[in-house]
Amino acid sequence: MTGQVEDSFGGGGWTGALRRRAVAVLPPEQLLPDRQPAYVSSWIYVFGVLTVAAFGWVLVSGAWLALAGAAWWHSSTVGHFVNSLHLWSVELFFFFMVIHLWGKFFMAAWRGRRALTWITGVVAFVASIGTAFTGYLVQQNFDSQWIATQAKDGLNSVGVGAWFNVLNTGQMLLWHVLLLPLVVGVLVVLHVLLVRSRGVVPPLDAPATGDPATEVSS
Amino acid sequence: MTTTTDRPVAPRRRSRAAEPWAGPWRRYDIVKEFVVASVVVAVLTLVLAVVFSSPDEKPITLQAWAKAAPNDFVATAVSELDGQSGTANYGAPYTNTPDAGQKLGPLPLQRWGGVRAPVDTATDFVLGPLRAVPHDPALTAALTTYAAATPDRQNGWASTYADALSKAPDGDPAKVPADDYGPVPTLAGRLLDLATSGGLDGALTSEHTQFYASDYTKPLLFLADGSYLKDQARAQHLAGDQWGMMNETGNYPGQAWLWLYTFWYQIKPFSSSDNADALVWGLMALLSLLLALVPFIPGLRSIPRIIPVHRLIWRGYYRTQNRP
Amino acid sequence: MVSLVAAPVNLDHPGRYLHWGVIQISVANLVVIAVMVVVFVLAVLLPFPRGRRRP
Repeated sequence: MTGQVEDSFGGGGWTGALRRRAVAVLPPEQLLPDRQPAYVSSWIYVFGVLTVAAFGWVLVSGAWLALAGAAWWHSSTVGHFVNSLHLWSVELFFFFMVIHLWGKFFMAAWRGRRALTWITGVVAFVASIGTAFTGYLVQQNFDSQWIATQAKDGLNSVGVGAWFNVLNTGQMLLWHVLLLPLVVGVLVVLHVLLVRSRGVVPPLDAPATGDPATEVSS
Repeated sequence: MTTTTDRPVAPRRRSRAAEPWAGPWRRYDIVKEFVVASVVVAVLTLVLAVVFSSPDEKPITLQAWAKAAPNDFVATAVSELDGQSGTANYGAPYTNTPDAGQKLGPLPLQRWGGVRAPVDTATDFVLGPLRAVPHDPALTAALTTYAAATPDRQNGWASTYADALSKAPDGDPAKVPADDYGPVPTLAGRLLDLATSGGLDGALTSEHTQFYASDYTKPLLFLADGSYLKDQARAQHLAGDQWGMMNETGNYPGQAWLWLYTFWYQIKPFSSSDNADALVWGLMALLSLLLALVPFIPGLRSIPRIIPVHRLIWRGYYRTQNRP
Repeated sequence: MVSLVAAPVNLDHPGRYLHWGVIQISVANLVVIAVMVVVFVLAVLLPFPRGRRRP
């Protein structure tokens, strides 16, 4: 192994082991690729990245609202506009996410050890619904009052309402701004890393070598 | 570098879809893709926000309710006294009402949650706020009379008055026939005055013990016990039996992704069940779990083969495979 | 109370709803769902730019 620079000191310890493991699971050229299989050539493939981009703008517009406080948008024209940005980026987020889900379903994208990618996606979807729900609760307007007093019945009926009190606006604001976006963010990161690590699912009935002469069915 | 062997096909059924792609590639720039997507979404968001804005219907204060619908307010106040309001009979997490609470099949999930946000409707919504009102001898006398009576007598006054209100034209307290209602009409009337002045909003949020408040449990429960809030909601098509969970005020799009949650409430057995909420939420939890587990569910996971949208998505690839 | 600049398309009017049997849906939500279906169909059907092949 002449010419190979020794890049760890006595094996590298925990750090070296973690680094080697990370690079093995997700080599840099897979994490940030500049090529993809030739079959990835349909507009349906852009809906994942559109969803992530929309999520980014949800976070940015939400952070801007947070800068000036929960009641700012009722008394400021700029605040109301930022609230509109937040509402429409959320609508776009769900719009792109559901189309992405339809596409991935019809591609049976869970094949080939990709079940966890599908599962993290579904859990992220459900978590996003919960996050959006807490957003409606903290608008501090008529909509919040109605949604809170209605939703309490659903949550109370299964015992959850005793812990997650939708009538407690202070609690809901903190869940909406901090806790739930963290959950969704972690799920999105895991989901994207899984896609990078497993690769984009091949077409149904595609032979692994790309050569139709091998094997019959998937 | 292929080697031929005489070994039979390996018994371990590793899916070909799991193997690294060995076919042709195409150029891809993942960073550029993300930047372009971000710009596209930013432009779409900006345009939608500029063109459509966002809704902001003002919240209903207890003061606004008392002014707009005083008869409904008084009737609600009396129902908090005689324990007939929705909150008073709710069960967990607000009250210890026996046998109250929804069940999922045999499981009393609502009761298992426990009474973690206790509410005594008579004290918290009516008597407590009234006790803090100064310089009102008639009110003080009414409170004293009420407190000195037995619970049965208190209840008798309140339910008789509630009954009379429900029969009066428009539910108008001024039009109830003479009867023994004890101090209840005075208490309800003074509460209406307190609400009309704006004092009740603060009283229910702060409970006279704290300066900072962020928990609106009590004013929201009180407001929701009346008809005024739900009448305003129904006018905006937000009621449960109007698919309200999906809707937004005005002409704005709402939460289309909640369509299946709200759908069940529109049909039997849910629409006529006392346990509708528990049933719907239990069902949706199950369906969400099934959606997450599609990869493992025979039949469901085969739908992509039966409805071959994939043949359109990958038509370019399938064409190259069919070339001789 | 700040006077707000009116949006070009004012959606603050009473909502319009369609009724079809047990189904009640707002025009706004129906438009969103219809656009989603159209976009999905277009995404599947529209040709994607042919990329440069790599070995």
